[in-house]
Amino acid sequence: MKYVIIGGGAAALSCIEGIRSIDKAGEITLVSKETYPFYGRPLISYLLEGKTTMENVLAYRPADYEATHGVHALRGETVTAIDASAHTVALASGELLPYDRLCITTGSVPFIPPMDGLEQVEDKTTFWTLDDALGLKAMLGEGRDKRVLILGAGLIGLKCAEGILHLAASVDVVDLAPRILPAVLPEEPAAIVQRRIEKDGVRFTLGDSVARFEPNLAHLKSGGEIPFDVLVLAVGVRPNAALAADAGCRVERGIVISSGCETSVPDIYAAGDCTAQSDPETGKPRVLAIWPNAMMQGETAGRRMAGGEASFDKGVPMNATGFMGLHLISAGSYDGELLLSRTPDAYKALYVRDDRLVGFIMLGDVERAGIYTSLVRERTPLSSIDFELIRETPQLMAFSATERARKLGGAHL
Amino acid sequence: MKKVYVNEQWCLGCHLCEYYCAFANSGKSSMIKALKDRHIAPRIRIEERNNISFAVSCRHCTDPLCVKSCISGALSIADGAVMVDSSKCVGCFSCIMACPYGALSRSEAGVIQKCELCKKNEFGMPLCVQGCPNKAIVYEER
Repeated sequence: MKYVIIGGGAAALSCIEGIRSIDKAGEITLVSKETYPFYGRPLISYLLEGKTTMENVLAYRPADYEATHGVHALRGETVTAIDASAHTVALASGELLPYDRLCITTGSVPFIPPMDGLEQVEDKTTFWTLDDALGLKAMLGEGRDKRVLILGAGLIGLKCAEGILHLAASVDVVDLAPRILPAVLPEEPAAIVQRRIEKDGVRFTLGDSVARFEPNLAHLKSGGEIPFDVLVLAVGVRPNAALAADAGCRVERGIVISSGCETSVPDIYAAGDCTAQSDPETGKPRVLAIWPNAMMQGETAGRRMAGGEASFDKGVPMNATGFMGLHLISAGSYDGELLLSRTPDAYKALYVRDDRLVGFIMLGDVERAGIYTSLVRERTPLSSIDFELIRETPQLMAFSATERARKLGGAHL
Repeated sequence: MKKVYVNEQWCLGCHLCEYYCAFANSGKSSMIKALKDRHIAPRIRIEERNNISFAVSCRHCTDPLCVKSCISGALSIADGAVMVDSSKCVGCFSCIMACPYGALSRSEAGVIQKCELCKKNEFGMPLCVQGCPNKAIVYEER
């Protein structure tokens, strides 16, 4: 069996692990644009911040991983086209790779809206890959004398701000939305996080956008101006689905996949940020570009490709992050009755609908948050647990003794 | 493989497992040096309410969600046990978000800590189990 995987991120890695859990002998070829071994993309801000090292970033898996897993990796190589009927993949080098089963894990690409004068800005970058991060570090230099303007107050823009604050003279963040983290948090917790980030010196301009650029000056729609030396474009990302669309796969923003991670084209699978999978709430395809999803889908695809059984349909939006020491964990949707608790150090919002916990936000104190995540993911009926108890604090005491025996006593084994 | 299992009906709520855990992972030679006048941050925790109590520590799942969620490669599976390389951990707490048992926690150094079955310390088998006076936690195959 010949397997080809396009892409080199979390979904690709997990796909290899899925294949190898069943087929130890098949040929696996991986084609990745990046030249680095597997690394965690979300680490790039932590690298600039000094919370990890280049050596550790590149050691997501042991150095001999590809050798021990029988992976032939073509790094620094790109796929130009997929011929689904001939079962071949064309490479930029001109080579044709035959496949029996193909997995597309092409991830997301940063989206850069057209902006007047952007081409005049010399030092600009997106903040998505390790090379982006290293490039940004080089632009900032050692002098701590560069003024940085970040477009986008989402997770990427804000983690970037945190990562480079100690390397820059100043950091300004501009977003069209009226609050920070608009896709992750409602108003009140967003304001708490914003205050924490501002306390360390980051300046926000919200509900505004850049009308036009001069080489070192941004003119805002509101009439204001922000001078800068380095520009970071973190407006958002889009699924990288063009290759799949050209190959005939159904694409609705992302590559539409089944719970078995199959695309609409036989023998072509897809996993990770480039995909759209049915949302259990609405039944419609939804892009869920988060790390755990990529890992679950990659493994599912890999197992299926190797002829095994696997399915994944429990994708839930979730994020774990933090800014300047303020931790944040959230999951699910915020469409439900809000149960709020606040202390001076912590904010907690639980969202309840139809006897289920549909989502939650924890800020500050995130201890044992995964117990809430599991209620969201497993759609646990709240009437089957002691909800008043678990509402106070995440705990296993809220489950029945039988359920605890299963969880802690291995009674299901 | 052998894991730590909980016999809830035998738990006295004495918290000795927590103290043994803190000692086992302290690197200190005596329990007194390790624990006296110190706030402890054990990797096993007792939950208690009314007359019920039980210990919670890592289940070492066969398909661990924490390992799948880890962005840094700090969590990995070695011989069936979920292990932490704290030098790789950046403290994003994706694992805390993912674990349905609430079995991972923040260490005093701000990174993740969890039960590693005493495989890395000098004891070699879980000291919490050895210290439990009533066999409410056991280390066995099930």
